[in-house]
Amino acid sequence: MRRTALAATGVVLALGLSACDVGSGSGGGSSSAVVKVPTDPSKVTGTIKVLTNRTDQVQDGTAKKYAAEFNKVYPHVTVKFQGLTDYEGDVKIRMNSKNYGDVLSIPNSVPLKEYPTFFAPLGTSADLSKTYDFTDHAAVGGKVYGIANIGTANGFVYNKAVWKKAGITTWPTTPQQFIDDLKAIKAKTGATPYYTNYHDGWPMTNWGNALGSPSCDPAANDKLATTKEPWAPGQDLNVVDSLLYDVVHDKLSEADPNTTNWENSKALIGTGKVATMWLGSWAVVQMQDAAKKAGKNPDDIGFMPFPTQQDGHFCSVVRPDYQYGINIHSKNKAAARAWIDWFISKSGDAQAALSISSIKGSPLPADLKPFQEAGVRLVHMAYGKTALVDEIDKTSEIGLNNQDYPQHIVDVARGAAGGDKDSIFKDLNKKWSDAQGTVG
Amino acid sequence: MSAPRTAGRTPPARTLPPPDAARSHWHQPHRKPVLWRRRGTWWGTPWLYLLVPLTLLVTFTLLPVVHMVQYSFTDWDGLSPTSNWVGLDNYRDLFTRPQLFQVFWVSLFYLGASVVQICAALYFATILSFDIRLRNLFKGILFFPYLINGVAVGFVFLYFFQPGGTLDTVLHWFGAGRHLWLGNPHLVNTSLAGVSVWRFMGLNMVLFIGAIQSIPPQLYEAAALDGASRWQQFRYVIAPSIRPIISLSVILAVSGSLSVFEIPFIMTGGSNNSETFVIQTIKLAFNFNKTGLASAAAVVLLLIVLLVTWVQRLLFPDERVEQS
Repeated sequence: MRRTALAATGVVLALGLSACDVGSGSGGGSSSAVVKVPTDPSKVTGTIKVLTNRTDQVQDGTAKKYAAEFNKVYPHVTVKFQGLTDYEGDVKIRMNSKNYGDVLSIPNSVPLKEYPTFFAPLGTSADLSKTYDFTDHAAVGGKVYGIANIGTANGFVYNKAVWKKAGITTWPTTPQQFIDDLKAIKAKTGATPYYTNYHDGWPMTNWGNALGSPSCDPAANDKLATTKEPWAPGQDLNVVDSLLYDVVHDKLSEADPNTTNWENSKALIGTGKVATMWLGSWAVVQMQDAAKKAGKNPDDIGFMPFPTQQDGHFCSVVRPDYQYGINIHSKNKAAARAWIDWFISKSGDAQAALSISSIKGSPLPADLKPFQEAGVRLVHMAYGKTALVDEIDKTSEIGLNNQDYPQHIVDVARGAAGGDKDSIFKDLNKKWSDAQGTVG
Repeated sequence: MSAPRTAGRTPPARTLPPPDAARSHWHQPHRKPVLWRRRGTWWGTPWLYLLVPLTLLVTFTLLPVVHMVQYSFTDWDGLSPTSNWVGLDNYRDLFTRPQLFQVFWVSLFYLGASVVQICAALYFATILSFDIRLRNLFKGILFFPYLINGVAVGFVFLYFFQPGGTLDTVLHWFGAGRHLWLGNPHLVNTSLAGVSVWRFMGLNMVLFIGAIQSIPPQLYEAAALDGASRWQQFRYVIAPSIRPIISLSVILAVSGSLSVFEIPFIMTGGSNNSETFVIQTIKLAFNFNKTGLASAAAVVLLLIVLLVTWVQRLLFPDERVEQS
């Protein structure tokens, strides 16, 4: 009797409370006018909070230094930073409230079509695309909601010394040649030819970024929206995933993928115990650091494009890193806009990290010089249909940029899960075209 | 398996004394519906005491559950301020995709492990209840793993299971070859379930010791006088006396096995054939933005656990143990 009464009270309370907050979810009706870069820096005031995934910069004082530099131009703006270790997870949850900073890197999990709900427009595509690259990656209805600071090129980070020891001095030009080279490394050097970083998972998501490299096609991503079978022979995803599959299937990767360790992998490649990893140009600096710390030559770390050529040229897709947006609920939008503008064009952050600046016409960083010399084409992806491709991707539960997708390929390739290469591709093709049917 | 977080909250001393003794004075006020009881106690006083726990319960348990059930009827993506009511679509989607339920096979490994766990716990609890040397030290050692937080346990065992790691080294002394404890898809779930046994066995043991200690010592004396061996003492004195606690442990073990999460999530992330239902649910919600569907999956899991518990209680009703 008592118990029932108690339980009933609880349920009634719970229902009452939940009823209260049903309405509170809807947005605050903030204006969706374009936030322009302020023309007179001395008139911009306010305090802005910048959410960032770069906890290292917040801790080592780099962020504060940038803020001090910024204050020389905008003396009346106070910039505060909040570094978040689990950036994606934390920010996604905070975006259910209005409190997600003033300036933030747009989390990858936010679908493009919802950008206007959460972020203030920074300008029209027509205007901003004159100055910045990658603007269409965050554009909805002709307005741009986020600007990237840097772009990264995709390729293999490799240890030149190890490759040389195996007698290989030129970049492989076909997937088959790449596999043969790895076999030579295994036979002649004793190094692990390829390291998957399977356990940490997120480094594997770079495999999804290889899309576009084999075909050298800037529209590779957009084409996914209409391609019924993106894993059919000859298609980019087929070429890319086959390479990963073959590397693992031919036992050219580490013995136990389940105990790999990202931090440790840097030292492994730095000291030549591992020869190759598929990552992005952002990783080169970190690997060189690791080599230096281990007492090896940092110049041993090199970067090579995906082993396919179109008309005698390698291609490497350049994708934007996090894009900076302004919280639509921010009270200091002008100050926030000023910060984004200053950070991208004046702070020198992109150059310091040896990254490709998103400002059109900027020179390439030093670690991509070999790319330039070898005539590698840097393909800037078009993102006109990202919203649709995203939706198909989520509905199909494939997750082109999730770790489960390459992980499953590794599982099958090493015999840990049932199936073979053909059955994986068949399954992926089916999921993709089914999802196209429901979304399209 | 075993001991989900709720375990700590369940009062272990349900065996003794018989519950009625404690409850009898609670029933009296019902018969006299007056505002002020004898000695001037106001009817609302117990409610006042209950206010804090009730508020916590409602805020942190009931409210989220109600929300979860609400979400399960929508297509909410976990982010958008708007969502559409889709009725039973999510549930229909769940039940028309049998591969989503295949992951329950993994639970069988943990279920098997919980049998081992309960047996081991019973064994140690019985031994440590008798007067042996250093028994408190051993109790401490066996209970210790439960006190370590799950993330640390995951990392420790990652190194333990590494190729050429601790386990391989030790086995090597005995002439055994190397194994990919986490890499071999046929071995990974056994390895993970083993970690689970290591971690939660101590908790079961402490529950059992508590129950065993409430058995009146004269029962052992009488048994000893009748010439009962240690095994007979266990079989006819200890086991029947702590039956309710054993059945509680079994319920916790079964519901725990169905909703394993921490250890596989940290150690393998659900890759390599070790995905459990909860990991799958998390992936639906956070990787594919299908919060509605994931909520439905969570509701289904809750119902399955309730059902299993109910069936279990039906098959093995909780009899009151009389000790004299």
